[in-house]
Amino acid sequence: MTMLTDFGYILLFIIAAIVFVAVILFLAKLIRPNRPNEEKLTTYESGEEPDGNANVRFNIRFYVVALIFILFDVEIIFLFPWATVFGNKRLIAETDGLWGWFSLVEMFVFVGVLLIGLAYAWIKGHLDWVRPEVKTTEYESKIPTSLYDKINQKYSQ
Amino acid sequence: MNFWYFLTALTLLSASMVILSKNPIHSVLYLVFTFFCISGHYVLLNAQFLMAVNIVVYAGAIMVLFLFVIMMMDLSKNSPDSKSTLTKLAGAILGGTLLVILIAASRKVDLKDVKPIDAQTGMVEGLGQILYRDYVLPFELVSILFFVAMVGAVMLGKREAGERNF
Repeated sequence: MTMLTDFGYILLFIIAAIVFVAVILFLAKLIRPNRPNEEKLTTYESGEEPDGNANVRFNIRFYVVALIFILFDVEIIFLFPWATVFGNKRLIAETDGLWGWFSLVEMFVFVGVLLIGLAYAWIKGHLDWVRPEVKTTEYESKIPTSLYDKINQKYSQ
Repeated sequence: MNFWYFLTALTLLSASMVILSKNPIHSVLYLVFTFFCISGHYVLLNAQFLMAVNIVVYAGAIMVLFLFVIMMMDLSKNSPDSKSTLTKLAGAILGGTLLVILIAASRKVDLKDVKPIDAQTGMVEGLGQILYRDYVLPFELVSILFFVAMVGAVMLGKREAGERNF
């Protein structure tokens, strides 16, 4: 048996998680009663009857949100190496505490420039959710409302 | 080494499932699995930072974009059978050329001159030391690049006046 490396333990954890989920689901399948009907098997859409395919075109405005997410995701990547050297005791001791402030300001500048981009998108209104306009008809009926009231009164008795 | 064979087989299997599955959503999910397998390869190569980048950026963010693109296209009309022979031929030539280039490039590799690398090369700490000591200005310029990319993407993706909503 060779010695496990640190990533070997992570692999063991991944395998254990998969096995655990599989065992639990299998046990639940053994225990639970199985009486399916058509109502139970339909897709749940808040009580509505499912109609058509869910694979429809998405709105382009989701795409803008996804793009901004990607840029901040890549920014997170740069935070990883920063986090390892930020609190480095040796570097802080060598520079008499200046290193900590330097790296902190550096990262604030980095994140700040990206926040300007977010602020730009926000101010320009690209993040606003455009609501569909409610159309009101401008047609004015020649029949006065009082006529309807009369009919209602006549037949309500 | 045995684990390497297992991981490579898994990678190749899931990569071929990407192109073999008919449902594009399934293809994307297989691609995510392929990226995780490649991250495993990075770990075996002692490049832990690349593994983190691969999972966070590729399996996380880029795949989200892939899903968005697939959902934005109307794929119900566009079945795989509708591709013309010319498209298939062009794709085969393109892929084959890339394969030939990769094989030719890897044949040129001379492994005799490779020096044994420092075990700490792929670690996050090493990158942090270099990035925040020697390359501080390029690092800050990267944020400007991100800023430009964000503004450009938002400009391109914005709604035109009078565009249909759904």
